[in-house]
Amino acid sequence: MKYITLFILSLIFWLLLTFKLTVPNIIVGTVASVICSLFFGRFFVTNVYKLLQPQRYFWFIVYLFVFIWECLKANLDVAYRVLHPAMPIRPGIVKVKTILKSDLAKMLLANSITMTPGTISVDIIDDNLYIHWIYIRSEDPEVYTGIITGAFEKYIKRIIE
Amino acid sequence: MNNMISLIFITIGILFNLLGCIGIIRLPDTYNRLQAATKCVTLGCCSIFLGVLFHFGFSDAGVKALVAIPILFFTSTVGAHALIRGTYHFGIKLGEKSVKDDYKDAVQ
Repeated sequence: MKYITLFILSLIFWLLLTFKLTVPNIIVGTVASVICSLFFGRFFVTNVYKLLQPQRYFWFIVYLFVFIWECLKANLDVAYRVLHPAMPIRPGIVKVKTILKSDLAKMLLANSITMTPGTISVDIIDDNLYIHWIYIRSEDPEVYTGIITGAFEKYIKRIIE
Repeated sequence: MNNMISLIFITIGILFNLLGCIGIIRLPDTYNRLQAATKCVTLGCCSIFLGVLFHFGFSDAGVKALVAIPILFFTSTVGAHALIRGTYHFGIKLGEKSVKDDYKDAVQ
């Protein structure tokens, strides 16, 4: 089942990318999608029926707006630190615990953290994310866990888990 | 009108790319430089793609630009993660200003 879903998704993606509805194009796309789904199907989401639940899409759209807002904030933050004459940075790597369980959710969380103000995810070991932070605002683990993961964790939990 | 919007988006994109480049030069160590490189350059490129979308409309090139935005997001974040993790495992130390390093215990 998940192979078929991945096949359909990659065919749609191919058609968007080439944007031509001619027969040779569709044949090439079908062959490429079959090869892709054969190779990468086992990495795809295990329960594909979750893709049919509409409330997940609603939370995904909410998450998208939150994400764009955080991303803009991140850029202004970096711009401020770069252009400031004294360069207010206090970098370091902190350890953050996440409540998310599945691999896909952790991947999405790590990617979101990379785009939020001043943080890059370095590694994930079990439930712990290691985050490089350009300005450590607090020494207390609970406080900085809230600052880093608080904005995204609840939305990702609703989207994926 | 569309031309105007696309010009504004492309200008913002170039501005953010410029800020990212200044960051790469000014910030002290590899890790901080990667911060500037990932964030500013990703948003700058996305802004340029949006400008292209407004310029061409929903045609051949415009849709390609729109599809490129999520691809760029995922590849640049994953690339930044791979680079920063590789840097650490290669043995490059955090800069002098660093105050905390939790990852050291996890690596050993």
